[in-house]
Amino acid sequence: MRRLLYIVPALVFALIAAYLLAGLGLDPKTLPSAMIDKPAPAFDLPALADVAPALKTADLGGEVALVNVFASWCVPCRAEHPILMRLAAEKGVPIYGINQKDKPDDARRFLAQLGNPYRRIGVDADGRASIEWGVYGVPETFVIDRAGRIRYRHVGAFGPQDLDPILAMIERLRRG
Amino acid sequence: MRALLLALLLPLLLAAGPLAAVEPGEALPDPALEARARLLSRELRCLVCQNQSIDDSSAPLARDLRRLVRERLTAGDDDAGVRDYLVARYGDFVLLRPPMKPATWALWLAPPAVLLLGGGVALVAFRRRRLRPALPAELSTADRARVATLLAEPGPPERQP
Repeated sequence: MRRLLYIVPALVFALIAAYLLAGLGLDPKTLPSAMIDKPAPAFDLPALADVAPALKTADLGGEVALVNVFASWCVPCRAEHPILMRLAAEKGVPIYGINQKDKPDDARRFLAQLGNPYRRIGVDADGRASIEWGVYGVPETFVIDRAGRIRYRHVGAFGPQDLDPILAMIERLRRG
Repeated sequence: MRALLLALLLPLLLAAGPLAAVEPGEALPDPALEARARLLSRELRCLVCQNQSIDDSSAPLARDLRRLVRERLTAGDDDAGVRDYLVARYGDFVLLRPPMKPATWALWLAPPAVLLLGGGVALVAFRRRRLRPALPAELSTADRARVATLLAEPGPPERQP
């Protein structure tokens, strides 16, 4: 009985240590999405004139696609842009853009410089459509399945290491 | 002098309270609705800064969310409606006070559990101490004699300083 009393604090410590240790492995910057497996939210955005047609909820679905939230003022967007270009050109993935809180001229210059991977671009001038998507930073990318549901969310810029998992996911959704 | 200055400034600092990031144009004309908006936005997390409420934060997203909260209140939403709207988009993480559900049981129950455990240990220790036999109040004559002989014996040589 007495010996048990000495072991209890050690057990409590071990329990707390295990709990905190598990927490160390989590990335606090990557928030879980509340939108996974839900249909794309209702939104209807005007076009970025002279570049691409407008974007609304009904444009999504029918095909596995990416929805990418971007802005010319966002430095990581610049970094991930070549990967979006490759996905569009080499893999034929339809990519739809939500241009968040950008000046239209800046967005046009950004796409003229780096190329335009987007089929459609919705201008989200006040950021309200981004809130509908649960976006809290730029860039963010969503994978939409053929039923128009959100299946995957990537927070932050795509790096080369993110290409394979996203392609595998797209393949699986295309088949399934 | 410094103490006097501090004494004069301290009440001022205390009266100032936490500074809010609400900008002049944002406040609603209806004071009752604005008060509700302030209370609500103190419970909603700024998802960019993560450890501030949208009431505290000057991040652009926090400002947009403050506007959204006020729009929905003006449109006639109740407080739960506004919270649900944001939870549907950002998940429970947007609430600074997490809801009670299986995933958060550990979070909610750990503090009272630790308190109970600590209280239990303290109680056991306290009762043990009370059960221990008290020391006799006075030394017996035999003990006195023994103390006297021990004190009379020459002790070890004292160390020179």
